[in-house]
Amino acid sequence: MNLAIKDIRHNIGRFALTTVGVGMLLMVVMGMGGIYRGIIEDATLLVDEIGTDLWIVQRNTRGPFAEVSRVPANLVHRALAAPGVESAREFVYHTIQREREGKLIRIAVVGLSWPTDKGEALPLVAGRPLAQNHFEMIADDRLGLKLGEQIRLGKERYTVVGITENMIGSSGDGLAFFTVSDALDIQFDVPGEAVRLERQARYARGTLSELGRKQPALTETAFLKASEIPAIGPRQISAVMITVLPGTSVRTVASTLGGWSDVSVYTTTGQRELLLKGPVEKVRRQIGLFRVLLTIIAGIIMALILYTLTLDKLHDIALLKLIGAPNRRILGMILQQAVLLGVVGFGIAFLLGLKVFPRFPRRVILTNDDLLQLAAIVLMISVLSSVLGIWKAMRVEPNEALAG
Amino acid sequence: MNNDFAIETVNLTKIYGSGNTEVVAMRDATVKIRRGEVVALLGPSGSGKSTFLTAIGLINPPSAGRILIGGELVMNGPKALKDSRAFRRQHIGFVFQKSNLIPFLSAIENVQIALEINNWAVAASRRRAMSLLEYLGVGDRADHSPTKLSGGQQQRVAVARAMANRPSIILADEPTAALDGRRGRQVMELFGKVAHEHGTSVVVVTHDHRALDVFDAVYEMEDGIIRRGETGTFR
Ligand SMILES: Nc1ncnc2c1ncn2[C@@H]1O[C@H](COP(=O)(O)OP(=O)(O)O)[C@@H](O)[C@H]1O
Ligand SMILES: [Mg+2]
Repeated sequence: MNLAIKDIRHNIGRFALTTVGVGMLLMVVMGMGGIYRGIIEDATLLVDEIGTDLWIVQRNTRGPFAEVSRVPANLVHRALAAPGVESAREFVYHTIQREREGKLIRIAVVGLSWPTDKGEALPLVAGRPLAQNHFEMIADDRLGLKLGEQIRLGKERYTVVGITENMIGSSGDGLAFFTVSDALDIQFDVPGEAVRLERQARYARGTLSELGRKQPALTETAFLKASEIPAIGPRQISAVMITVLPGTSVRTVASTLGGWSDVSVYTTTGQRELLLKGPVEKVRRQIGLFRVLLTIIAGIIMALILYTLTLDKLHDIALLKLIGAPNRRILGMILQQAVLLGVVGFGIAFLLGLKVFPRFPRRVILTNDDLLQLAAIVLMISVLSSVLGIWKAMRVEPNEALAG
Repeated sequence: MNNDFAIETVNLTKIYGSGNTEVVAMRDATVKIRRGEVVALLGPSGSGKSTFLTAIGLINPPSAGRILIGGELVMNGPKALKDSRAFRRQHIGFVFQKSNLIPFLSAIENVQIALEINNWAVAASRRRAMSLLEYLGVGDRADHSPTKLSGGQQQRVAVARAMANRPSIILADEPTAALDGRRGRQVMELFGKVAHEHGTSVVVVTHDHRALDVFDAVYEMEDGIIRRGETGTFR
């Protein structure tokens, strides 16, 4: 006869309520772990998803994700000429915060290297990759944009042609993919008035310079498009992505490119580390500590519950001792109830979590490893928290049963 | 157990507390109780009856004196010469005033548990528990929870549990205090039946003088002193 089960069945309502309570507490612990994992995953998702071998960024910056990096677009051609490089692509990345239908929308803008990268490699759940050099975008469903919807960014309207799922920037904002030139247009969008003022300023500078005084016709070029004036450099991109030739060591190529004094080079692993040590480090630590705290609190609460469950049974325990039940029988009853409370609580936490976590604004990722680890912790807490109750039960004298 | 006496106590003394708060609850109790004998222990409240009963039940060690059960020395002063709990499990059954039963077990399970802690197999313990309940006239209440039983029925289940392991001794502390006269008498008669049919020695602490004819011997206790009294009627 299993005394633990018999007692629970006798007090089923109370036990159910208690386990639901413990379950909800454990769900929060589980969720905290999931948020922790989600922040790490989200932070490195783009780097992992792009999966390029090397990143060339502005010298001494930790860009393009952890901080702003600026490199000239023609770096692509230089990189292509380097030994061991199979392909080099432009990369543009920046975050914008705009308004849409009266609500704020934060978009992490990614520029894809047209025409080599049209977004075919992205995990599309609807629509298609980019099909033209301009005015199309692939948006993550988190942004809430519909397929075929148009959104105005800067001077142009962009049509959503594809939808991805779970593509998130390191800050948790949904990603949107454009061609590099569109991404740059969005980033360097200059209003008409600003363009007019800038051209006036150029003209004024020209007329003041020696060259302008000697050759006044030159100053007329101040009114051309910036891209048509050789003296003004092209717009700068965030980084260049490199894939190395098969059979070539990434390390060797990295050291070749790293030798250029105007850039820094990172591997994908390096980028991951930059992200984890940089922007998300504090959040990660904060949540990690909070999770530890919650686990301790869960342990204390479970100990109190098991202690009171035992206190309620002290008379019965004294009676069991009186009729000669061995300690292991009594100890077993308390321990089994503790473990059952933990196991059922964990199950409730998991099932509730599956329903609740997807509604969170940021991803809550439950990995098997984390779940297993938590299960082990819960089991340990259950056993430890029953110690208080067991201690009390062991001290009860059998003649206390007579006090009935 | 090759002795005519199931229980023998020699100069059993119990002192609670010390110094100013010292209470001598039992003094030099020397008693011999035969096998198959049903014995009543009378006395006013606070006279030391429970102290005596719990001492021979091995749950309240005496300050001095000896206890022999089945001719075997089990307590020498406050020192237990046996594993008391294991000894109780095998040789002693208990019934007391109320809250005798474990509330989360059914009537039959309350009897079964006593058998299971003595290593009975589940099926066999269930069979024996059932036959005991039937013997005591509560077979039809086997699956009821204790709270669904009347006081008399609860005491019968408690007696069944006390009998389960065929103990040599059953100790009952005011088992009929919560029952009316008729039901009280029924329980007392049950003890007589158990003692005479099974050779169990039964010691019953009681206030109820109406059922004294059931007993083979009567002891009276006052201010910690125990002495053999008159039964009045003998069967
Ligand atoms: N645990 C104890 N601590 C101190 N005194 C006690 C204790 N138990 C009983 N006594 C005292 O011992 C005396 C005998 O008590 P008890 O054996 O319970 O008497 P009865 O069962 O005849 O009413 C009483 O004076 C009681 O107050
Ligand atoms: Mg008493």
